[in-house]
Amino acid sequence: MKKLLIGNEAIARGLYEGGVHVVSSYPGTPSTEITEFLSKYDDIHTEWAPNEKVAMEVAFGASLAGARSACAMKHVGLNVAADPLFTLSYTGVTGGLVICVADDPAMHSSQNEQDSRHYAIAAKVPMLEPADSDECYRFAKEALRLSEEFDTPMLLRVCTRIAHSQSIVDIGERAPSPIKEYVKNGAKFIMMPGNAKRRHPVVEARTETLTAYAETTPLNRIEMGNTDVGIITSGTCYQYVKEALGDSVSVLKLGMINPLPRQLILDFASRVKRLIVIEELDGIIETHCRTLGLQPEGKSLFTPIGEYSQQTIARVLGMPEKKSPALPENIPVRPPMMCAGCPHRGMFYTLAQNGITVLGDIGCYTLGAQPPLSALDSTLCMGASVSGLHGFNLASPEAHRKTVCVIGDSTFMHSGMTGLVNIAYNATNSTVIILDNSITGMTGHQQNPTTGYNIKGDPAAKVDLEAFCRAVGFSRVCVVDPYDLAACREVVLRELAADEPSVIISRRPCVLLKSVKTRSPVTVNTDLCRGCRKCMSLGCPAISFRNKKAVIDHTLCVGCDVCKQLCPFHAIESEERN
Amino acid sequence: MKTTSIMIVGVGGQGTLLASKLLGRLLVDQGYDVKVSEVHGMSQRGGSVVTYVRFGERVYSPVITKGEADFIVSFEKLEAARYVDHLAPDGKIIVNTQQIDPMPVIIGSASYPSDILGQLSAQGVHLDMLDALSVAESAGSAKAVNIVLMARLATYLSIPEDQWLKAIEATVPAKFKELNLKAFSLGYHLS
Repeated sequence: MKKLLIGNEAIARGLYEGGVHVVSSYPGTPSTEITEFLSKYDDIHTEWAPNEKVAMEVAFGASLAGARSACAMKHVGLNVAADPLFTLSYTGVTGGLVICVADDPAMHSSQNEQDSRHYAIAAKVPMLEPADSDECYRFAKEALRLSEEFDTPMLLRVCTRIAHSQSIVDIGERAPSPIKEYVKNGAKFIMMPGNAKRRHPVVEARTETLTAYAETTPLNRIEMGNTDVGIITSGTCYQYVKEALGDSVSVLKLGMINPLPRQLILDFASRVKRLIVIEELDGIIETHCRTLGLQPEGKSLFTPIGEYSQQTIARVLGMPEKKSPALPENIPVRPPMMCAGCPHRGMFYTLAQNGITVLGDIGCYTLGAQPPLSALDSTLCMGASVSGLHGFNLASPEAHRKTVCVIGDSTFMHSGMTGLVNIAYNATNSTVIILDNSITGMTGHQQNPTTGYNIKGDPAAKVDLEAFCRAVGFSRVCVVDPYDLAACREVVLRELAADEPSVIISRRPCVLLKSVKTRSPVTVNTDLCRGCRKCMSLGCPAISFRNKKAVIDHTLCVGCDVCKQLCPFHAIESEERN
Repeated sequence: MKTTSIMIVGVGGQGTLLASKLLGRLLVDQGYDVKVSEVHGMSQRGGSVVTYVRFGERVYSPVITKGEADFIVSFEKLEAARYVDHLAPDGKIIVNTQQIDPMPVIIGSASYPSDILGQLSAQGVHLDMLDALSVAESAGSAKAVNIVLMARLATYLSIPEDQWLKAIEATVPAKFKELNLKAFSLGYHLS
């Protein structure tokens, strides 16, 4: 049956048909939909784990017990899961195990643009890279099979343009994949030095076997055209090459990008006059070519920064630029922003107004960095706000009186908890703010251990954040409603002044949740509005300024009343509410 | 046949995703090779959003670059201007005349360019302007702006109206079917 699928849904379908039984993941753009689509199949187990390390270890356990398993994460998630990855390479698998990793060149929704192919090389794990949804589907299925054939975890790498682009897939049926009987095998699975020393040579031999496989597998293919130029490429770059150059060049398209073939590349190079490697991000295929004694062009022509397109390739190779209308000058940017009624806004306004230094984290609330709130001082990685705050306070004796960190509920579960334990254990007078909006927001509303629901939306155990913070050593734990500006100010100033560490839980569910009932919008009384623009300092998309007065867009306003509390002239009014 | 390239641009939350879903479904049903590309995640929070739709006999790239778009369907005036350099020389822009101020304009650090569509016209860009919001409201809901704009696009493509109606029925939730069919009809037969 032919269907138009995004790459991530195609991967989900491939894993499903390939007989996956257990899938554990942590959401992260652009990988999230792989697991969301898998959760729609009732005959397999899917779950949101607290972080990627846990997810990969769950997949390992299921594989050890004999089931085909998978996990999915964004590129930076693989950093978190790197610890199990490197040793999983040594143990190999029982049931096939596929690790899906989604890179984000151009950083559409990420804090860096690292190239996860380096992990495949460093951990000596084979990696496949599809170039459209059909390949996502077929490669995912094939990866489960190869994992068992070569006794190795498999990495399946996509980038944003593959993960989030739709193309046609001809789907099939799920193949039966019985769970293998568990047989204890300590020499293979207990990685203490004596055993690991015997496994490392197995890994090196496996890489040699896989290299031989890479020479002949249909995952890699040559498309001969004009032989003046030969291009080695993979993934989305293959599409850009074909779009820009068609058959005017010859192409070696690599579907298996670790380990890379040797003879296949040498043979291709010998058939063309000029050899160019086109790959987004780092020059990994190019470096491999150089170890074979070839001198291809690659990063000398193409940038290691951002996404490519057919235009990039045409421009670099000196083709004439397409004619197009000129862009008008001074088009203001339209950056993403916190939604109208976002519960984070009240807390960020409080922090900004009181000149507080704020170590930030990863989530919707990173948008608190945008003007006019400009409330953040740093964002590094998941959980770094909490541990970073401890270090910040250690460096400067009075810092703790005017410094806090902010972290969302899901990010706190991911890797903020350990930093919190460190604050209590190594004793700084730090003030931690948990922005609890009862959902994993930025990635599109996934459940997490604090929400009380699992991936299917069924009731689940719910972490009690207050009890957790007390249990690790905080006696000052309080909860505040971020829609109440006076309460926010009082609590923040009180806890900063206190002589022991504290946790403030700023609690209100995301306004976009279907379960949240919004209130009737507020209106500006133009007789009372003096145009002081104080309400504009909230950066609420529902408030604009026309004819020297504030105007509130009723299609956006959800009646959070934060602006109403701010107006010095009581010009913002709400309807009578029951 | 030559690949046709359509961009759908607007502001996060305006319903551009449903428009591309509808278009994708329609084109697959007509037997074309189709690619649709959009970026999820951070950009959706009220930011500028863009979707690429390409169809033909064999489509390679999922993206549309400078000078390649046969059509740009813009849900907002400023967004039409932001992507005008993607338009092919004989391409056409279908633009909803709605104005949505971006945050720099709201907070006064930038101004919304005056007569932005006039500026585009002046350099010879083919513009088809319509107040899709009013049309959607007369169909029953402002949310049907996306269907009104797709209906306008339909008048330029050689796919019969009944095929569009079939794709709408297959794409929108049952309870909004009537509203969307009405919005399509109003947009399609707009003089």
